[in-house]
Amino acid sequence: MKRGIAGSLESNDALITVKESDTLKITVKSIVYDFFHKQIEKVILDTLSELGYDKIEVMCEDKGALDYTIKARLTVALARMEASE
Amino acid sequence: MKNSLGRFVPEGFTPFEGSGAFKNKNRIQISKKSVSEGFESLSSVSEMFDKLGITDGMTLSFHHHLRNGDFVLNMVAEEIKRRNLKNMKLAPSSIFPANAILVELIENGNVTEIYTDYVNGPVAEAISRGKLKGMCVMHTHGGRPMAIESGLLHIDVAILAVPAVDKFGNGTGAEGTGACGSLGYAVSDLEYADKVVFVTDTFIDRAENAQLDGRYVDYVLKVDAIGDPKGIVSGTTRITKDPVGLKIARNTVKLLEELGLIEDGLSMQTGAGGTSLAVAHYVRSRMLEKGIKGSFASGGITGYFTDMLEEGLFDELYDVQCFDLKAVQSIAKNPNHHAMSGSRYANPFDDNIVDRLDFVILGATEIDLNFNVNVTTDSHGVIMGGSGGHSDTAYGAKVTVITTNLVKSRLPIIKDRVTTVTTPGEDVDVLVTERGIAINPVRKDLLKKLEGSRLPIVPIEKLLETAHKITGVPAKVEQSDKPVGVVVYRDGTVIDTVFKTN
Repeated sequence: MKRGIAGSLESNDALITVKESDTLKITVKSIVYDFFHKQIEKVILDTLSELGYDKIEVMCEDKGALDYTIKARLTVALARMEASE
Repeated sequence: MKNSLGRFVPEGFTPFEGSGAFKNKNRIQISKKSVSEGFESLSSVSEMFDKLGITDGMTLSFHHHLRNGDFVLNMVAEEIKRRNLKNMKLAPSSIFPANAILVELIENGNVTEIYTDYVNGPVAEAISRGKLKGMCVMHTHGGRPMAIESGLLHIDVAILAVPAVDKFGNGTGAEGTGACGSLGYAVSDLEYADKVVFVTDTFIDRAENAQLDGRYVDYVLKVDAIGDPKGIVSGTTRITKDPVGLKIARNTVKLLEELGLIEDGLSMQTGAGGTSLAVAHYVRSRMLEKGIKGSFASGGITGYFTDMLEEGLFDELYDVQCFDLKAVQSIAKNPNHHAMSGSRYANPFDDNIVDRLDFVILGATEIDLNFNVNVTTDSHGVIMGGSGGHSDTAYGAKVTVITTNLVKSRLPIIKDRVTTVTTPGEDVDVLVTERGIAINPVRKDLLKKLEGSRLPIVPIEKLLETAHKITGVPAKVEQSDKPVGVVVYRDGTVIDTVFKTN
């Protein structure tokens, strides 16, 4: 199964792992979960739809990243997944 | 019941009215402990418990000058556990991660009440999860001596780690393998506890400039080591390298200068954090350029300030607690580097040092639109600190400056309403962030002085808006209604309540 990873567990960053899947599954772990999990899920969903993915597994381990960081990490993780063997 | 800030106050506590309300009250002082020559020697912690009759329900006090290297509180905790004593009340001036053994004692009901100025790590988390049967009463560094001298906080036995004790029983923190410098927070305990035990690993012939008067001590317990020197003081405290922190520090000093505070005779205090030290660094540069000399710096002292003393940039240092090795060495050799008691530092009723400060540089976990500051809990309401001297210095200093990043790990530091009030907004004058500076609108005098300033001065509401543009608006987190602790202002009134979290 193809997968891709991008990002880090440094403060203000996020580590995003994507895997091919038959369903859409998004998991968010975040140090600011109580304050921003809905916003983080929304950025992930919006980015996936922008890039044309509707069935995929996304794991986001967030250390307080801003929206554009999450979007960038997710975009690169998807590109790496596509490039993987 | 609610206090004047609209914050909940549990039954049995007095609500906060205002930071200057103490001026309408009289100082209450119970009689000091009677003095006598000589002391009795103890050879084990167990013998100490037997000789002093330490038993269920007693209040034992400690100081935190050995910080995260302290062994003494832990030795006593082990003995409480071994004897399975119940309902003990502990009054350490601060609690650190190294004191994690207390979690077990809290869970087992050995310890049911805690009185402290600062608590961080596993013990703080256990209290926040509601494990402590009674309350965690959180004082300020000036409020604690006030509570002790007035009898509000009665201490059965003060068990004080002392780095070196002389043959007369006098104690000093300047010598010994566990040297930690000033022992300021131990002085009220020494003078007002029913019984006093010094715990030491070093005997000396005669203590020069003894900080603790041996006539108050009843017993001296010799142990192998009172602490781990590595945890007691950090080798060095360093200026931040973070460009954001440096920008905040530079703007802070420009602002101080525009307010006319960088002048001959200035007095100041900063914390030991990287940005605070950068402020001290830029103040030093301006002092050298202008050829001026300060009257004093106070507080927890770092090597940065002892260097400035030795360079002749300050006449004196008033030191309640040494933060690094350089400060410890300085207090032993520089006659103008004075140890002071917690009461002299910040007790509202004492002739204190904080009231003489021109400015103080402080941090914040949260600050709200009324300039109230939280340094007690995180944004979930979990305890992770406490006032220490925050609200004392904010009250005393002519100008109180909060320096902080606008956003930390996506969380905006500015809130509509802080989770917990540690320091009331009436005593907080300026907020300096990397995206702008806000002045408390009640300080019309400061705003007037800053008319025409080229510094990025904006209303605090604008900074909140800027933060939300970067992070999004954080969701509100519900708190439980079960109190686990009270934040006691320096006059003994309750400024806020800390609630149980999951």
